[in-house]
Amino acid sequence: MVALDFTAVLQQWPLLLRGAALTLALTAVSTLLGVGLGVACAWARHAGPLGLRSAVALYVEFIRNTPFIVQLFFIFFGLPSLGVKLTPEIASVLAMVLNLGAYAAEIARGGLEATPRGQVEAARSLALSERQVFFRVVLPPALARVWPALVSQIVIVMLGSAVCGQIAAQELSYTANLIQSRNFRSFESFIVVAGIYLALSVLVRDVLRRLGVRWLFGGAGHRGR
Amino acid sequence: MNRRQLIATALCASAFAVPLAAQAQHALDEIVAKKQITIAIPTDFPPYGMVGIDMKPQGLDVDMARLIADKLGVKLELVPVSSANRIPYLQTRKADLVISTLGKNPEREKVIDFTAAYSPFFQAVFAPKSVALKGVGDLAGKTVAVTRGAIEDMELTKLAPPNADIKRFEDNNATVAAFVSGQVQAIATGASVAGNMMMRNPQLGAEYKFLLKDSPNFIGVAKGEDKLRTKVNEIIAAAKTAGDLDKLAVKWLGRPAGQLPN
Repeated sequence: MVALDFTAVLQQWPLLLRGAALTLALTAVSTLLGVGLGVACAWARHAGPLGLRSAVALYVEFIRNTPFIVQLFFIFFGLPSLGVKLTPEIASVLAMVLNLGAYAAEIARGGLEATPRGQVEAARSLALSERQVFFRVVLPPALARVWPALVSQIVIVMLGSAVCGQIAAQELSYTANLIQSRNFRSFESFIVVAGIYLALSVLVRDVLRRLGVRWLFGGAGHRGR
Repeated sequence: MNRRQLIATALCASAFAVPLAAQAQHALDEIVAKKQITIAIPTDFPPYGMVGIDMKPQGLDVDMARLIADKLGVKLELVPVSSANRIPYLQTRKADLVISTLGKNPEREKVIDFTAAYSPFFQAVFAPKSVALKGVGDLAGKTVAVTRGAIEDMELTKLAPPNADIKRFEDNNATVAAFVSGQVQAIATGASVAGNMMMRNPQLGAEYKFLLKDSPNFIGVAKGEDKLRTKVNEIIAAAKTAGDLDKLAVKWLGRPAGQLPN
């Protein structure tokens, strides 16, 4: 039987707390920017001009078909040779935004394309501008339709941020590695951190679901089926 | 029966006839008689020992082996060894000397003897010339890359001021990549990693800044070969006085050998 010593890990709680806070912060910023980017890309692919459409398609394919850690290393270790130096935290956010943006684009596009034609035609016949049609009539129900998928993608990106420790961003898994290289309690460190990740995931999913109900399902005149 | 066979036979006979300690003391005579010395060197540990593009061994340990053969006036035969088999090579007399970044510790002293130290091995902080770093206190407000959990991480964590920004990476490659790409201002690492990095990236203008921890290298001699050991010690002492050891260290490690223990 392995002798477990959790106190050796838990007494490092300030480190763990800081790691969890950075993981949450990275996730929050990436979610805001990433979903925004995703919606913009979804619009471009759905209704944008042809050139933009193929540029976005290229970006989405590139991101979705390469590993996240490679994208991260490219941004952190590769870009400096082009003169772009980013801190580990900024590089992490950028990688997460680009990553989430590509996946969110495809998810949101699914929602946009499921919009009934009649709904758009009805809005146009009420003399709404194209911008009003998109933001008031098409987008909210489209997002509401795909919200659960989008929320799981955000949680995936948050869990994926664990590799940001590789470029010395001091997020939660970095903290776990640091603690276990100090006290050699790797088993306990990773159990504790896995527990924290689980709690964070549940928290993020719950908060986003509530926000979705409030902003998407409640207001826009569309009740989920 | 020619002379070599005679010596070999005599050696074999003496090995059976007399106790181990008394049997020794032949190595130096044998080297002089054969006009050849066999020295074990690393080929997987730059810049101390590696294989060059001409497929020949090179490095600080290799140069040191050459220096000793020169001073003895004998031909040099190099044997590549790994960290794990370098001491057995000495014990089984497959090599007369082991010059292979060998650190001295009590366990090893039980099975082999050591000469004086010939080269420094150390963990230190390196940075470009433009970065002013005289001591660990100057790390305040600077970013420094280190491999997590390595000796230098322990030392740095202990010594660095609290506002030094220590970026810890998974392995030496990531640590070096962070420094080479300019993501950090300084790097704390072992002498061999730094030497290799500076050799491959001369454009960085990186240089040795200050020491974190010292653990010099010694030459290994088979147990009881006091005559050979004394002779090699003489050569090391002379090389130290003549500045040859400093020259070697500057050439391969980017800093003088400094104070080496005897």
